[in-house]
Amino acid sequence: MATVSEGLSGIPVWRSVGASPAPKAFDERQQTLIVGAGPVGLTIALDLARRGHGVTVLNKLDFIPAGSKAICFAKRTLDIWDRLGVADAMIEKGVRWNVGKVYRGARENLVYQFDLMPVKDQKMPGFINLQQYYAEEILLQALQRLSNVELRWGHEVSAIESRSDGVEVTVKCSDASYTVGADWLIACDGNKSTIRQRMGLDFAGRIFEDNFLIADVRVKETRPVERTFWFDPPFNPGRSALMHKQPDDVWRLDFQLGANIDRAACVRPENVEPLIRGLLGADAEFTPVWYSVYTFQCRRMKSFVHDRVIFAGDSAHLVSPFGARGCNGGVADAANLGWKLDLVLRGQAPEALLQTYNYEAIVTADENILNSSRATDFMTPKTPVSRAFRDAVLELAQEFPFARPFVNSGRLSTAVSLPDSPLNTPDEHDAEWAGIKPGYPCLDAPTSSGWLLEQLGEGFVLLTNRCEVRAVTPIQQVEISDFDTGGVVASRYDLRPGSAYLIRPDQYVAARWRNPTTSAVLAAFDRATGKSA
Amino acid sequence: MSELITQLNVSRPDDIYEQLIELHAGLTEEESMRVNARLILLLLNHIGDESIVRDAIAAARRIVS
Repeated sequence: MATVSEGLSGIPVWRSVGASPAPKAFDERQQTLIVGAGPVGLTIALDLARRGHGVTVLNKLDFIPAGSKAICFAKRTLDIWDRLGVADAMIEKGVRWNVGKVYRGARENLVYQFDLMPVKDQKMPGFINLQQYYAEEILLQALQRLSNVELRWGHEVSAIESRSDGVEVTVKCSDASYTVGADWLIACDGNKSTIRQRMGLDFAGRIFEDNFLIADVRVKETRPVERTFWFDPPFNPGRSALMHKQPDDVWRLDFQLGANIDRAACVRPENVEPLIRGLLGADAEFTPVWYSVYTFQCRRMKSFVHDRVIFAGDSAHLVSPFGARGCNGGVADAANLGWKLDLVLRGQAPEALLQTYNYEAIVTADENILNSSRATDFMTPKTPVSRAFRDAVLELAQEFPFARPFVNSGRLSTAVSLPDSPLNTPDEHDAEWAGIKPGYPCLDAPTSSGWLLEQLGEGFVLLTNRCEVRAVTPIQQVEISDFDTGGVVASRYDLRPGSAYLIRPDQYVAARWRNPTTSAVLAAFDRATGKSA
Repeated sequence: MSELITQLNVSRPDDIYEQLIELHAGLTEEESMRVNARLILLLLNHIGDESIVRDAIAAARRIVS
């Protein structure tokens, strides 16, 4: 989560792993070095390792941290993690939810409600809530089953030299300091990224003055599992509050505090507990898990790719937590980068393909920052006029349906579309299509042999419906007439007989045709792999 | 696509103007601001056409010379 925590000193430990020893050779050469073992670094490591690459992950900490980190994982993230074989474990431990409700004042004043699963019949839910440390544990377990991954705990990068053909980093660990060279370095080392700072790179954006209190508490509650948000609740008048259920009977309560506060005082139990009791009820029996105050910033780097150093996740972009766009945005980076770096490492795509990671990840980050900033401006009006409009929306929403979608308590993370990506092949101008446009993420669908996304796998796919054209290696053909007995795939993709979709390894649509030819498919494949613009 | 109407489009401008002033009778400045916001939101939703709303916003903003 893109937050600056304060309150309790030091970083809380979820599970101690222990420092890894220094490598035997002190002048190593690696193909791919990942810095940072948070959800983003671990997802990229898993994606690359499953594609057969040797991966080394350096992590400054020698433990998995607890504390106030990400808890909301969106459907797109779950679709990505399912492709990587880890979503089932996440969902088993996590708390599923699809519905968000926004109240104004007392609980009975519902002003807006949204459903994050407007299209039902998909394998993954709209959202799960799961403490970040559980997500990291599950990713780590998957990585530990692979022999081509090495995780180094307590190894901190202290210097970096970046060249056009690789990097040289100096690493400090408990018993030594060593240098390691790498063809590629992926910096997933969070908002205070050592790599970014050591390279002296920009990180411009907006700082917001408002303070928020996180109170994670353990309590037996029978409320429905939904995202609940209040504007101006009786227990926090004039401000807002947010409530999310996590596994293990932990609830995250988030209270807006305003600007210019005494942060240390705000996390003292005698000041936190009245808010908690106001929300949960005067006689609620709860145990504190974590209290902290945070502020947030919306920032991003101008470019995420600097020669052979690639930034992903919070190191490259930061948002407010409202909308769950921090960690989910980072996992989107991971999925976008994984297949591209794989093809470049294999020599099957030019290095220029990674510039499209830069383009697509920036489109994604900008959409997340835009939504996050807008939600913040609605929640914390900066001027009297801005407050008047906000309050007018909330009032009108209680009376008139039109005003409800104006209510902005955070627009929750959904897959970003990339309609102008240079990797897309536009539809033929005379072709009529509903379905999913080039640059948009694939939609799951039930079939007689499992879920559609499971059958798309991890490479390029030509999704066909009784089509003349045959896919050639490395494109894999998936013929829907074999399994689309309910016709749901044909309907969701408008895939009439004779038509085909070319789908990228990250399950975005690259191209589609009513009557494809082999040469058209190959041209679209070349374009989608950065071989032609 | 239609354009922002900049010729007179109401039949009795003085009556409508009076209603606008009356709307704010007895309200504090803060309440007036909120009432205006409500009115703008109701009207812009009724208009619906985003390009017209955008042109009206641009025209309204032209007070700073």
